[in-house]
Amino acid sequence: MLRDITLGQYYQTDSVIHRLDPRVKLVATILFIVSLFVVDNFAGYLIAAVFLACMVKISGVPFRFMVKGMKSIVFLLIIAVIFNLFLTPGEAVVTVWKLTITKEGIRIAMMMAVRLVFLIIGSSLMTLTTTPNNLTDGMEKLMAPLKLFRVPVHEVAMMMSIALRFIPILLEETDKIMKAQIARGADFESGNLIKKAKGMVPLLVPLFISAFRRANDLAMAMEARCYRGGEHRTKMKPLVYHARDRIGYLVMFGYLASCIYFGRILKL
Amino acid sequence: MGIIEAKKLIFEYIRRDEDGNVEGITRAVDEVDLDIRQGDFVAILGHNGSGKSTLAKHLNAILYPTEGTVWVDGKDTMDEKYLWEIRQSAGMVFQNPDNQIIGQVVEEDVGFGPENMGVPTKEIWERVEESLKAVGMYKYRKHSPNKLSGGQKQRVSIAGVIAMHPKCIILDEPTAMLDPNGRKEVIRAVRALNQVENITIVLITHYMEEIIHADKAFVMDKGHVAMQGTPREIFSRVEELKELRLDVPQVTLLAYELKKSGIALPDGILTCEELVQALRGVGKWQ
Repeated sequence: MLRDITLGQYYQTDSVIHRLDPRVKLVATILFIVSLFVVDNFAGYLIAAVFLACMVKISGVPFRFMVKGMKSIVFLLIIAVIFNLFLTPGEAVVTVWKLTITKEGIRIAMMMAVRLVFLIIGSSLMTLTTTPNNLTDGMEKLMAPLKLFRVPVHEVAMMMSIALRFIPILLEETDKIMKAQIARGADFESGNLIKKAKGMVPLLVPLFISAFRRANDLAMAMEARCYRGGEHRTKMKPLVYHARDRIGYLVMFGYLASCIYFGRILKL
Repeated sequence: MGIIEAKKLIFEYIRRDEDGNVEGITRAVDEVDLDIRQGDFVAILGHNGSGKSTLAKHLNAILYPTEGTVWVDGKDTMDEKYLWEIRQSAGMVFQNPDNQIIGQVVEEDVGFGPENMGVPTKEIWERVEESLKAVGMYKYRKHSPNKLSGGQKQRVSIAGVIAMHPKCIILDEPTAMLDPNGRKEVIRAVRALNQVENITIVLITHYMEEIIHADKAFVMDKGHVAMQGTPREIFSRVEELKELRLDVPQVTLLAYELKKSGIALPDGILTCEELVQALRGVGKWQ
């Protein structure tokens, strides 16, 4: 049933990574991505691979869940590899018709592929081990300094968490409206792309109206419960750094430093 | 002075056409006087469009009177400096259970009110626990609200209000979207709060069975109070209720019809047991 869908792709286990502060995981993911683009030799990638494998192992999330996220980028991956393979100038290895595969091309294409794959696994690891709610909290806290520049950080975080709460409800509603319209002879299946798009109108109009009505109700309910933005607000589940989070940061910076040293500075 | 008092309360909706010109004025609430004491269980009845929901929204400063005054706990709702105090002391539960739950986990939703009030973290947890226990939803605290039944969702909403430690709870047709079982659950929870915690309850509904236990009932029609009194007094005026397009509980209706056809029964019978008792009395007497 639609109510059972889980958003994002959170996978519950009781690992240290799950228990880490979302801020640590967000920063770690960013640092990991940075590290992937810093290194440019085999040793660097080896370190990244070993590090990633360890993290996946510790998280206890089955590896096939990581691979799932990869499906969506297979196409992008293939294009990136092909372009790099054929269009990089350099020492020719094989020439087929007008296309030349160069030594440099192979090197760059492989690096590109490895980077993309690692990037996807790394970021899926974050979304798999952090609930969407936690993630929103983490982002709110991390971006708090932006408030100085009048960025409505709290409001954005609140909107994100409300959106997350309402997505299953709106999906269910879509399903209901769809059935109601099909019962009245609406056709969502046949025809070409344009016809299908036009067919969506009787679905989208009621959905939007109902979404606005819900938004209005919710706003009133929030006001009735004394909601007045981020000021004066306390947190039921405040984010507090524990020892493990500090260790997490240390590990991450240690990893980044070794990536820079072995993968960039030290020419192996 | 009672916990909620209204004097000559008038509220007008201004209808405008597309260019913003005034098309007409609808008076949704018309010269309503209310006086509700701390600890009362008050029911407000009325069919659709009788102004009962509009009235309810005045009781925690979501709407402001066009004319007249509303005091909540002695504070004028028009006075902006009392706004948050009023909303804290008069909590509100709405009709649609899906559209008033903000949290993605039951306990987080209950904590939303106290968070907004700036209650310290440790106390929020105590309040959440105590409120969820008060409505019997404590074992669902880690659940997603999407997976609860309608009645359970409404109980979570009520817990969310209790966590703010209100003196009064206004329930705006909390059972309108629920099945009969859900309705019973919610009404039972509300009565328990009234009796155990001595919280003032203002229940707005169009289900007559739900007001039987109220201390006082108001019947609204076209924006003004058409009838008021104890449920028993109200239900003894069956003809008037029918005129106001309200359904009388079936037992009351049966007793009324029996009485009309010559059986000596008292007025305003509310429950099956009462009718059975009364009929036994009639039998012995004859």
